[in-house]
Amino acid sequence: MVEFVDIALLVLLGITAFSIIRQKNLFAAVMMAGIYSLLSAALFVVMDAVDVAFTEAAVGAGISTILMLGTLALVGHSEHQPQHRPILPLFVVILTGAVLVYGTLDIPPFGDASNPVHHHVAPHYLEESEHEIGIPNVVTSVLASYRGYDTMGETTVIFAALVGVLLLLSLGPRPGRVASNGRATTTVRERDKAVSEEGMEEAQGDTLQVSDEENTLEDTNG
Amino acid sequence: MFIAATVGVLVSMSLAMTRALMGPTVYDRVLAVNTFGTKTVLLIAVLGFLTDRPEFLDLAIVYALINFIGTIAVLKFFEYRDLGWARPPEASSE
Repeated sequence: MVEFVDIALLVLLGITAFSIIRQKNLFAAVMMAGIYSLLSAALFVVMDAVDVAFTEAAVGAGISTILMLGTLALVGHSEHQPQHRPILPLFVVILTGAVLVYGTLDIPPFGDASNPVHHHVAPHYLEESEHEIGIPNVVTSVLASYRGYDTMGETTVIFAALVGVLLLLSLGPRPGRVASNGRATTTVRERDKAVSEEGMEEAQGDTLQVSDEENTLEDTNG
Repeated sequence: MFIAATVGVLVSMSLAMTRALMGPTVYDRVLAVNTFGTKTVLLIAVLGFLTDRPEFLDLAIVYALINFIGTIAVLKFFEYRDLGWARPPEASSE
């Protein structure tokens, strides 16, 4: 039965991935990315990796959806028409994927008790951590004490990334921001006017593009 | 019985995903993603009982919270065209 759930979830995951690739409406793509994240979190739960599933749901379905929506507020809602046929990139991606799948043939079988991961330091952590560290939760003592420097480095990286993303997102629509009905909104046209007043060379092309986007946005809203 | 529930949840997951794929309006897609999150919560709960380990139920509750907050963020994005942060002071005083 669990195999059936695995297969069903993987089929849904594949459909979602292809629809994200084919989707030209970027908002729909963000929504499908949220679904993709929820599906992979469910897969992680089926594979007993509950903590990974926890992170995937919080980061993938929660935070990154919000960040991508914030990005959509800066870049508009529809994808540009591709200028070339991406045959060579497709070939490179398929080749890389095939090499990665070939690499998985060498990893130990899933869930086997004789895997190396169960015989290196894991028994030591399980037996000695309460005596050595004094915390009853083994995961906490591994994260906060045995791998304390590692955790501190990870936290630093995540903090730096968060500051960078927040800076990028808060730079965008501020010049064109107007207050209408007592509420701060940014119309695409206002932002575009601000861009063309700055004398950027591609402003003309942007104007055409942006008016298209507005039309499609109104269509999808209707 | 849990098997029937699992199959039912999977079928309704695929139905919600069909709506998210086709959805002519934005609100169809938002509602489809919200429904899909709810189905994920149900699937995790049912799978816990199917495999005789219902202790993953609290994880499902956290998923429900994330789903709720995510839907609010998406709808806020549509109300304000951004996430509404860094408002000018005259607007935020309202």
